[in-house]
Amino acid sequence: MGDWKTITVPAPSSVLDSKNTSQYTSEKKMSPSSLNMQQVLRLPLPSSKSTHSFFSAFCTEENVEQSISYLNRELTTLGFPSLYAESKGKELNLISILNCMNELLVLQRKNLRAQEDVEMQHLKLGSDMDHLQNCYAKLKEQLEASKREIVGLQERDRQLQCKNRNLHQLLKNEKDEVQKLQNIIASRATQYNHDMKRKEREYNKLKERLHQLVMNKKDKKIAMEVLNYVGRVDGKRGGWRTDKTEARNEEEMYKALLRDYEQCQKQLLVENAELRKVLQQMKKEIISLLPPQKQKPRERSEDGIGPVLSDLEDDVGELNKENMWELSCETVREQLTNSIRNQWRMLKNHVEKLDNQVSRVHSGALTDKDVISREDHELETEKLELEIQHCKEMIKTQQQLLQQQLMSPCDDDTTVLLQDCYLLEERERLQEEWKLFREQKKNFEKERRSFTEAAIRLGLERQAFEEDRGTWLKQQFLSMTCDSKYLENVKTQSATSGSSDQDNHLMNTRSQQKKPRSLSSVPTSAELCQTIQHTPYSSSPCAISNKTTEESKPNQWEEIYREETE
Amino acid sequence: MYKRGIVQVWSLEQPDWHCKIDEGSAGLVASCWSPDGRHILNTTEFHLRITVWSLCTKSVSYIKYPKACQQGIAFTKDGHYMALAERRDCKDFISLFVCSDWQLLRHFDTETQDLAGIEWAPNGCVLAVWDTCLEYKILLYSLDGRLLSTYRAYEWSLGIKSIAWSPSSQFLAIGSYDEKVRILNHVTWKKITEFEHPPIIANPKIIVYKEVEKSATVETQKLSFPPTRELASSLFSIPSKYDISQVPMSLQYIKPVADRANPRIGIGTLAFSPDNCFLATKNDNTPNAIWIWDIQKLKLFVVLEQLCTVNSFQWDPRQPRLAICTGNSKVYLWSPAGCVSVQVPMEGDFQVLSLCWHSGGDTMALLSKDNFCLCYLEREEVK
Repeated sequence: MGDWKTITVPAPSSVLDSKNTSQYTSEKKMSPSSLNMQQVLRLPLPSSKSTHSFFSAFCTEENVEQSISYLNRELTTLGFPSLYAESKGKELNLISILNCMNELLVLQRKNLRAQEDVEMQHLKLGSDMDHLQNCYAKLKEQLEASKREIVGLQERDRQLQCKNRNLHQLLKNEKDEVQKLQNIIASRATQYNHDMKRKEREYNKLKERLHQLVMNKKDKKIAMEVLNYVGRVDGKRGGWRTDKTEARNEEEMYKALLRDYEQCQKQLLVENAELRKVLQQMKKEIISLLPPQKQKPRERSEDGIGPVLSDLEDDVGELNKENMWELSCETVREQLTNSIRNQWRMLKNHVEKLDNQVSRVHSGALTDKDVISREDHELETEKLELEIQHCKEMIKTQQQLLQQQLMSPCDDDTTVLLQDCYLLEERERLQEEWKLFREQKKNFEKERRSFTEAAIRLGLERQAFEEDRGTWLKQQFLSMTCDSKYLENVKTQSATSGSSDQDNHLMNTRSQQKKPRSLSSVPTSAELCQTIQHTPYSSSPCAISNKTTEESKPNQWEEIYREETE
Repeated sequence: MYKRGIVQVWSLEQPDWHCKIDEGSAGLVASCWSPDGRHILNTTEFHLRITVWSLCTKSVSYIKYPKACQQGIAFTKDGHYMALAERRDCKDFISLFVCSDWQLLRHFDTETQDLAGIEWAPNGCVLAVWDTCLEYKILLYSLDGRLLSTYRAYEWSLGIKSIAWSPSSQFLAIGSYDEKVRILNHVTWKKITEFEHPPIIANPKIIVYKEVEKSATVETQKLSFPPTRELASSLFSIPSKYDISQVPMSLQYIKPVADRANPRIGIGTLAFSPDNCFLATKNDNTPNAIWIWDIQKLKLFVVLEQLCTVNSFQWDPRQPRLAICTGNSKVYLWSPAGCVSVQVPMEGDFQVLSLCWHSGGDTMALLSKDNFCLCYLEREEVK
């Protein structure tokens, strides 16, 4: 509220009014002069300007005692001690006067303070009141405004509801109309049908009547004139209509129907088979298009191609087998379609992945190593194209050169020389080759000769050998039969062995081969014959083994020959 | 001669041979040959009965209660069987006869309100039966009378106007009043596609041939006729040729009168080409145009716009060649190689009202009101 300064309310003008006195005193019974005096006396603190005048107005030199007695009276009535020293005397009690003055001053101060307080409170209350009044005014305005808004919204709401109701009404009306029209149509339709039927019945009756008339009349005019009978289309004579013919006709009809159905079915089967073939091809192609990711176990998490592919391969195997027999049962069809659907889905996923990769590459974020970036790809293609161009150019130049060589005329010296050069080169080459060839030929002839000689020798040797063997065997046989002749045989054998020294190692081997046979048991004649038969057979591999060693053979045989001659 | 009730028959091989059939008081409404060429079926007045006259035996048979509808008699392509629509006690029936001895093979009722027409499939095993135009309903019966399938596209609006079987019996084309053609397949009897006929053609892949009149001064046509006839024909008619129009273009559209019966809207005529490759349709809302659809691709191929209303068109029985007549003195031919407008060289006015191909494929008969002329088409040597 701020500090409230005590503002002494200036007394109204020095004019003494009766009103003023009535404020202060309850006494109204005063003489006019005394009243005036009292008024003067009871004036509050006068303003500084008129202090002198007031002070002098109340008490002058003449009315000192009167004024003292008056003051005393007033103070005693207020409760103060008397001013006089004693109740009777006219001596003033100074102390009591001073006390009274002090008391009056204190009282005056108290009153002033009280007044100030009251004034402050009064001001505070006034401001509060103002504030509240303002708030009140504002709230009232708001209330008014919101009331108005409410009214407006209510009005709008009402209008919309009206509209809504109208539209509902219209819709209902339309629906009712439609229903009515439909009912009308239905009823009219039935009415028309009924009328039509009635009219038709009447018409039929008329027709019947007319028919009867026409039939009854037996008009001679109804006739057919024909020059001669026309033969039937198929040349046969007409037949009577019997049950058999009827049955035949039925049969014919059913046959025609069946034929048609069979044809239809055949066409459908053919179409079916073609479509199945196409599906199979598609399946194979899709499988081939899909990347072979079944080995990577990681891929399982992505889209589970692995197990599905293996399943599919099984399916493919199965289906291939089954389709070979061209079954058309439900399960096969379902399997085929399902497997194709799965594969198509996988292919789609794959393509989508590739698309994503391509788009990523486009945006510049290359994360996958497998994917070649587009720029690299383009660079490579450019390189390849350049290479191709180079190669083409080279080929062209070479072709041109070739053509020049082939087609150019012989006037040109350089070309002739060139030709000669080439020819010389070729000639030299050819000569070298000829030389080689001749040498080889010579070598081959030498070898052939040696081989023939060796063969001849071998033949001779063989003959001799055979003879020796024959004699040996005879000896053996003889020795087996009689021991006495053994020694002779041995001699002859040693004689032969001496001549046939060359075959020692062979003989030894053979004898080694035969020894176990002979020692183990006394061979019968059959076994001997077998051995005799076996020996030529066994000799042949040995001979062959000998023949295979071509290089050493001529020397060997030369040695043997030499030994023989010796 | 319908008014007098007399049918006269002549033989092409024996000019002396002559036959005259007199129906007398029974009257005559329609007459047709049987497929073996030895019987004549006469429909008497008020569709009282059908009389079957035999030329071999001079015998007569009667069939009662035939139905009075647009297409009541249908013969199979091989000529063995005949289907006849009948109506008794306000119900529709179908009778199947064996043509060789006219024995009644099957007789069954149909689930139609008012049968409008029947047609055999070219393989002779399926019979298509369609209902009145007030209801879109087509029923398919097998040769032995069993109902194979029913097809309904929509309710309440006007229904089927015309149908056509494809020569291989694979497809059944149904033209209806809603300007659409629906194609059913023979395996499931369900719709495989619809062809719409909007008056504005926007797709640039479609070729539009428009008939335009050639200016009369350009008379340098290489005709092999004497010039007098040429002059005469040129007096009566202006020659025309085909121009390729730019797409998008709009066709002449006629708004039908709404409150008359049998309005001229919808697909009135359909015809498949003999090699099963093309389907020619005519939308009666745009009566000057013929729409040719490619059946292998199931798309619109060519649109031909004529100067006058198309009266009739027919495919050559051997090749995909379409002959069109529009009531003037020209005949128009279209094939995948192109199209041509040919003037009929006749003295005087010859209005071609309808045409008919010979089964051999190189000849056609052009019919006007009182006359007809034969047109021979030269076959080009392919070297």
